[in-house]
Amino acid sequence: MKPEKETMSTSELISKITELEEHIGRLTKQAKSDVSKLKDEQNRADEAVNDLKLIQQKLLQQEKLASLGQLTAGIAHEIKNPLNFVNNFSELSMDFIQEIEEELDKLNDSPEKENILELLSDVKSNLHKIKHHGSRADSIVKSMLMHSRGGTGTMAPTNLNDLIREYVNLAFHGMRANKNPINVDIRLELDESLPKINLNAEDFSRVILNLSKNAFDAMRDKIAAKGDTYKSILAVQTQDLGDKVLIVVEDNGPGVPDEIRDKLLMPFFTTKKRTEGTGLGLSITHEIIKTHEGTLEIESEMDQYTRFKITLPKSTT
Amino acid sequence: MKILIVDDEQDVETLFVQKFRKEIKSKVLEVMFAFSGEEALRLLGAEGSPEVVYVFSDINMPGMTGLELLEKIKSRFSHIQVSMISAYGDRDNYEKAIKSGAKGFFSKPVDFESLKQEIAELLTNK
Repeated sequence: MKPEKETMSTSELISKITELEEHIGRLTKQAKSDVSKLKDEQNRADEAVNDLKLIQQKLLQQEKLASLGQLTAGIAHEIKNPLNFVNNFSELSMDFIQEIEEELDKLNDSPEKENILELLSDVKSNLHKIKHHGSRADSIVKSMLMHSRGGTGTMAPTNLNDLIREYVNLAFHGMRANKNPINVDIRLELDESLPKINLNAEDFSRVILNLSKNAFDAMRDKIAAKGDTYKSILAVQTQDLGDKVLIVVEDNGPGVPDEIRDKLLMPFFTTKKRTEGTGLGLSITHEIIKTHEGTLEIESEMDQYTRFKITLPKSTT
Repeated sequence: MKILIVDDEQDVETLFVQKFRKEIKSKVLEVMFAFSGEEALRLLGAEGSPEVVYVFSDINMPGMTGLELLEKIKSRFSHIQVSMISAYGDRDNYEKAIKSGAKGFFSKPVDFESLKQEIAELLTNK
């Protein structure tokens, strides 16, 4: 700016003021935009810090889970040995009683013999119970080990549809061959254009088996409640979602009440009767899906359907 | 025929004796027990040329492991068959055992039927 003269005309003065005002306006604008830029930066920094905190929490959680897993595996192994003795000795004793009974058969009948046979039959039934509950505990221990150790298989490009066909079928025939078989209409709607998916087939087959088995068990309950008017359907679908694939396992069983949906994936949570479920099926399923970097969602409407939606990335590292 | 069972769990002795009760009673089978790898070697060594033809050993034991015992038996008494019995039915142990010359690998809980078969085979091949 030029040095100003003492005498300035009014118009000159006004134009000067306007000029100054404009200048101030520009500066203010600049300052405002600087401030908002700074705020943006601060927000980004805050977000980064938050992300870091989340990651840190996640890591801590994973570390805790990992050590919990190791602990579980250790405990399971320690329990396995004594449990084997329980099972082996009870089985052995049952064989012996069988032998004793055969020997007794050679003796003449008497009230004493009658009494001995009666007592032996009670002991035998008790041994059966010991063996039965020992086997139950054994299957829980086995699941716990599976849970903490994971499978032994390796990740390999796998035809997901073939795996689903094979294991849904296996689950179905397994159910048919077991106690209380039910009729189920199995509907496979598989997207045949799916590429091969990198997965651990040994582990992932358990996911399909578990979900199918759960569906059968749920639908069996509904059949028991509704009778013949209800037709049970298990539908399994695959879909290409671009960078992911979607697997839907849906049954038209009794559905899952809202209040327990969150608990379904928790270890040892089960709705099945005391001796039928270990409560580990779904939690193992979830674990396996997580190791495949996939997600598991549960949708359900009471008395209508339960739908398990699994997504898997097409390429996992 | 004499066999040696090596396991740090003492109840294994009772279990085997009961499981093979008939064979032991009729003297078809003689069963010895050792509760550690060290004791097993002592028992085998004391006999000079041991009569034991088959050793079944646990893998996880305090002190000498079953795999170490396997190698020692194979180098000192090459005519003795050795099989492993392990609660840890993992591939690693299996491969190590077979590589070191183990005849078989049984995982716990022991399937006594297959064990009986294994021993019956030995008896017929004798």
